[in-house]
Amino acid sequence: MLLQFPHSPVDGTAVIAEKLSEGSSPLHRLDPRVKLCLALPYAFLVALSESVAVSCAALALGIVLVAVARLKVGLVAARLRVLFLFILLLWITLPLSMPGTAVYTIGRLSVSLGGLQRALSISLKSTAIVLLVISLLGTSTVFSLAHGLSHFRLPKKLLYLFFLSYRYIYVIGVEYRRLRDAMRVRAFKPGTNIHTYRSYGYLIGMLLIRSFERSERIYHAMLCRGFQGRFYLLDHFHMHRRDIAFLLVMSLMLIGMGLWEWFLTISL
Amino acid sequence: MGMVSNNILIELEQVSFAYAPLRPVLRDLDFILEKGEHVSLLGANGSGKTTLFHLIMGLLMHYSGSLRVFGEERRVRKDFDEVRRRIGLLFQDSDDQLFSPTVAEDIAFGPFNLGKSREDVLWIVKETLAVLGLEGFEDRVTYKLSGGEKRLVALGTVLAMRPEVLLLDEPVIGLDEEHRNRFVNILKESNLSYIIISHDHDFLEEVTNKRYLLGGGRLQGA
Repeated sequence: MLLQFPHSPVDGTAVIAEKLSEGSSPLHRLDPRVKLCLALPYAFLVALSESVAVSCAALALGIVLVAVARLKVGLVAARLRVLFLFILLLWITLPLSMPGTAVYTIGRLSVSLGGLQRALSISLKSTAIVLLVISLLGTSTVFSLAHGLSHFRLPKKLLYLFFLSYRYIYVIGVEYRRLRDAMRVRAFKPGTNIHTYRSYGYLIGMLLIRSFERSERIYHAMLCRGFQGRFYLLDHFHMHRRDIAFLLVMSLMLIGMGLWEWFLTISL
Repeated sequence: MGMVSNNILIELEQVSFAYAPLRPVLRDLDFILEKGEHVSLLGANGSGKTTLFHLIMGLLMHYSGSLRVFGEERRVRKDFDEVRRRIGLLFQDSDDQLFSPTVAEDIAFGPFNLGKSREDVLWIVKETLAVLGLEGFEDRVTYKLSGGEKRLVALGTVLAMRPEVLLLDEPVIGLDEEHRNRFVNILKESNLSYIIISHDHDFLEEVTNKRYLLGGGRLQGA
């Protein structure tokens, strides 16, 4: 679901890539409401889990789901790369900064066991969550997720904020590139000088004004079509047997992992 | 009100409008659109053509003079609810008009606002797409359409409300031959009254039979 702008947007037909959502695997075909129902509890359970065993189980489940979704390895790796940069930072800082039994000392610095354990736990948990979210939510388009969310009685304003931001972020992106290209074709080369800062200031200011004006035009166009503050949904999802089966199996596994976590904590 | 000729759809009398004080865009403008008229509105950039459209739709207020649409004086916001139901405005930039995820939903937006039932709306969507020659486009994502398809769908979102009058702001600018011809055919077969802002003389020749030139805040027959 990470947004990527294509490089040739001139006529406005190019689009934000939603490559993960293109596919026909069983996961792609699931009702988005089912996936939304599962993604949040799983993310919470894994985030709150203290045991390495449960984190490993969640990671395994994430890998299985990514495989079932038949997602391209390169695409998944690209998303994980961003995460791994943060994790790398943790591996450098946590073992050195957390107090605890030292496993290794270099001069005045000591590598603590607690720090290593914490870094490992965070790595496992965050990777598991990203894989679960990619395989559950990434396999639906943003719009079907927004549709799915609209069935959960969320505040309509929030929902449409999400929805319209997504609809227009690309249009604004195209506008940004058009302005930037207009600067480039007049031989603008960014440097460390006042001229550059001022020009970028104008660029951003112009973008804000244009976005504001566009929002006004969109609103006007909606008014002209009789908009009274209500949105209507044309399509309704239909739950199939496979949706219910998936929901059941995943819920049972979630409960199982929760219980497992609970037993491990009380036995400590 | 019963006195008013039924043939007059839009009537502006001595209308003046200014965005900034002392710099009026429209000055004592008179204009009449009668039923069945196909009017083209010409004029230099910034001469107030789009402003005129926005005044008629009630998107701009605080004009002086008299603006009557469908036989009634329109002055405050509420007066324009009926105007917006019965007149369709096509915006210059289709991205401003199409905000829903799918084509079907965007076309359904207006009819839903008119209080139509879901069954009726589904039928209207199907019929509108047939008129546009875009059968099977229901689930296409609006922002992934080509420029020409976008413009046709935008027209469809307006037509789906079954308007009596169309106000078209630069409707064929940037369209290729094929989409432009389709646009022309839809207009010719529509039986609607309309006003078109355009600089494309060939296009205007094809679809309109009356010309006005907007300049110096006033209209002249051309």
